[in-house]
Amino acid sequence: MSPEAIAPESGASTPPTSRGGPVSFNAKHLLGIEPLSVDQIQLILETAKSLREISTRPIKKVPTLRGKTVINLFFEASTRTRTSFEIAAKRLSADAINISTSSSSIVKGETLVDTARNLEAMAPDVIVIRHSSAGAPHQLAGTCSACIVNAGDGAHEHPTQALLDALTILDHKPTLKGLRVAIIGDIAHSRVARSNCLLLGKMGARVTVCGPPTLLPVGFDRIGSADGSLAVTDRMDDALEGADVVMMLRIQMERQREAFFPSVREYFRYYGLTARRMRSAKPDAIIMHPGPINRGVEIASEVADGPYSVILGQVASGVAIRMAVLYLVIGGREHPSRALEG
Amino acid sequence: MSIMGPIEKEELMSSDQIARTIRRLAREILDHNRGQHGLALVGIRRRGVPLAERLARAVWEMQAVKVPVGHLDINLYRDDLSTVATQPIVQSSEIDFPLSQKIVVLVDDVLFTGRTVRAAMDALVDYGRPKAIQLCVLIDRGHRELPIQAHFVGKAVETDAVEMVEVRLNEIDCREGVLLVEPAS
Repeated sequence: MSPEAIAPESGASTPPTSRGGPVSFNAKHLLGIEPLSVDQIQLILETAKSLREISTRPIKKVPTLRGKTVINLFFEASTRTRTSFEIAAKRLSADAINISTSSSSIVKGETLVDTARNLEAMAPDVIVIRHSSAGAPHQLAGTCSACIVNAGDGAHEHPTQALLDALTILDHKPTLKGLRVAIIGDIAHSRVARSNCLLLGKMGARVTVCGPPTLLPVGFDRIGSADGSLAVTDRMDDALEGADVVMMLRIQMERQREAFFPSVREYFRYYGLTARRMRSAKPDAIIMHPGPINRGVEIASEVADGPYSVILGQVASGVAIRMAVLYLVIGGREHPSRALEG
Repeated sequence: MSIMGPIEKEELMSSDQIARTIRRLAREILDHNRGQHGLALVGIRRRGVPLAERLARAVWEMQAVKVPVGHLDINLYRDDLSTVATQPIVQSSEIDFPLSQKIVVLVDDVLFTGRTVRAAMDALVDYGRPKAIQLCVLIDRGHRELPIQAHFVGKAVETDAVEMVEVRLNEIDCREGVLLVEPAS
């Protein structure tokens, strides 16, 4: 037998503990990164690491959430996130139902709360919601008895994206603490940037956000921890200097109602990630992107497809993170916990 | 008024007795499966894992046969997930050898209700179709709630349902021994 065979019992995979005892998730909803504690974030990441193995089996399914119903309520276009939640639910044996705006009563004028109340009457256990308005998941959490998972609300938060980004980083770096992370692009319209700044700040990483001044909201440096771990710059080379992780954001044309920069070509010239620019970052820096990527706008193909790109790893991490989140929020809360013995 | 902790009633096994029991169990497993190829040990987390490792070491010392060892976390297969207050912490399962044509010996520290073993068998068959599944436990304390029996038992102990059997192993607990414990009233 190999020594590493018993390592997980004593080493890296030990569940996160707080003052000696294992933590429990103790939250019914995942509305954002902001309300989460460091222990809760670690528990989600550790659970996701354990669940990842299921997706490598010949039979990619466990019976854990048998009989539970997960509704994916998507008011905005999404392929990656919706599919990821659907696969996550199915790998845990939950029933997943997808509702998108084009096929629902929303086009007939039903309000969000009325839609939710009607879904509620069908007794779902979890509602995963994506909405163009910040706070929509919070409103549902106040009116529904189902667990609510935020899959992106306006320019506010996208917690599972930040969690899967953290899981992906940890595949390549030993810890988040002290890591230098550059987040570059359309900061103003990006819920991914907000959730990532909050999560990375809580976990002790040093984040620099960067974009054209028109896409950098005033006061953004106050997001997350108040200890000044977040820096803001409009010079890309400053952001890349010594970075361990480079996160590129998509230019969200669909959210931009006015012209924030003169042209796509000019944007790429100043804020597009190229192999030459990457020389400022650490030699082993990884490149991330929440997708979908706009080749030649924020990222050059040579970089997106290059050896340091972990973009497809992020997609794989996404399923594991969403399995972990569904598993942790869903658990029954009717009786006190009892260890299964014997 | 002071708050009473659990009371240690009796030492069921000493460190030496555990070591001797492991060797005896390894011998029984080999005898029972004589002439059979493809033996594998799968420890149920947490304390079944170091026990499976020790059994594999004992088999190696006796017959110079290398038996693969896997780790199984059964939390995703529990039958009480909808009734517990908070979700149990899931750890990874690691079975990096194919199970088909293998005689798998499941290893756990204590056999009690049988529900853990039921969950473990469900988990195991999701990895493949073993030729046979056998069960080896250090302590059988009775009070079964399911029709499950162990093939190999280190020690059978008569217990009261409210008592607890605590197995302590150096790999996890930094001490060694089996105790019968009565919870504080």
